[in-house]
Amino acid sequence: MDSTTVIAVASITTAGMTIAIGSIGPALAEGRAVATALTSLAQQPDASSTITRTLFVGLAMIESLAIYCFVVSMILIFANPFWKEVIAHAGSK
Amino acid sequence: MNLTSDQVIFWQHGFFKLNETIVTTWVMMAVMIFGAFLITRKLVTDGKVSRWQAGLEIIVTSLQGQIKEVGLAQSEKYLPFLGTLFLFVALCSLCIILPGYKPPTGSLSTTAGLALCVFLAVPHFGIRKQGLGGYLKTYTEPTWIMLPFNIIGELSRTLALAVRLFGNMMSGVMIVAILLTITPFIFPIFMTALGLLTGMVQAYIFTILAGVYIAAATLTPAPAAAPQRKPQPAPAT
Repeated sequence: MDSTTVIAVASITTAGMTIAIGSIGPALAEGRAVATALTSLAQQPDASSTITRTLFVGLAMIESLAIYCFVVSMILIFANPFWKEVIAHAGSK
Repeated sequence: MNLTSDQVIFWQHGFFKLNETIVTTWVMMAVMIFGAFLITRKLVTDGKVSRWQAGLEIIVTSLQGQIKEVGLAQSEKYLPFLGTLFLFVALCSLCIILPGYKPPTGSLSTTAGLALCVFLAVPHFGIRKQGLGGYLKTYTEPTWIMLPFNIIGELSRTLALAVRLFGNMMSGVMIVAILLTITPFIFPIFMTALGLLTGMVQAYIFTILAGVYIAAATLTPAPAAAPQRKPQPAPAT
């Protein structure tokens, strides 16, 4: 296989696996966070605004890890520097 | 397919490129400034308050309440900066429902600029509140061994602010664009609604995180507790 094919296969595979494996951890963590928040809401309903706000801030922080994986995946598919280099090299040949 | 709206260039002169992100940001700024100017021309304190003024008052008072809850007691000092952050990101997210509009916060350059503003504002407010020595001492808390970790933490949370907002807005736009090529009829509407929700949540998160960072930098350590005095017995009447 020449280098063009290797780069294409590696980019496509890595993009898929990045977002697939990268969203497992944040999903589990967000589930646990919401479950704990619901438990504490049931125990103290009058603190619900504080609990809700803290829950949303925590969820955003956990979500950003999945967003990092998504950004890497998008870069590999749409703004891949290795692919651009290879295409420019093949075009100028 | 364009990842961000940076690639659409309207006008170019040497090094300076006028792309869609900059033009959209200018339009958003013009809408906000002109709208605020129109609404605050005739402010009344009593009697019949126009609904636009009432709307602005709701926004300002709820922002002040949120800033107080984050831990910044004098919310008037921080309201201009944090309020502008929230209003800009929220307005950019709200306009997603307009056709042909791409949010400028879906470009890493805009979100990096906003994160840099927060990165510069934290020492600004910290030094204003505690003086240069007091602010630099917060980097050595709780022990001086934590100094490199505090510095790295400062840089990484700025980067996280930028990438979090960029990732959320860019992914919303990209999902809708991809769906339009697959099932163009009903499903993109739901994804646009979800994009609206996440856009508003991200605006709130950005502001609250900026507020938390500023509160951490301006937190004066509590003085040692004064010894409790015995309460004086009430005089018998």
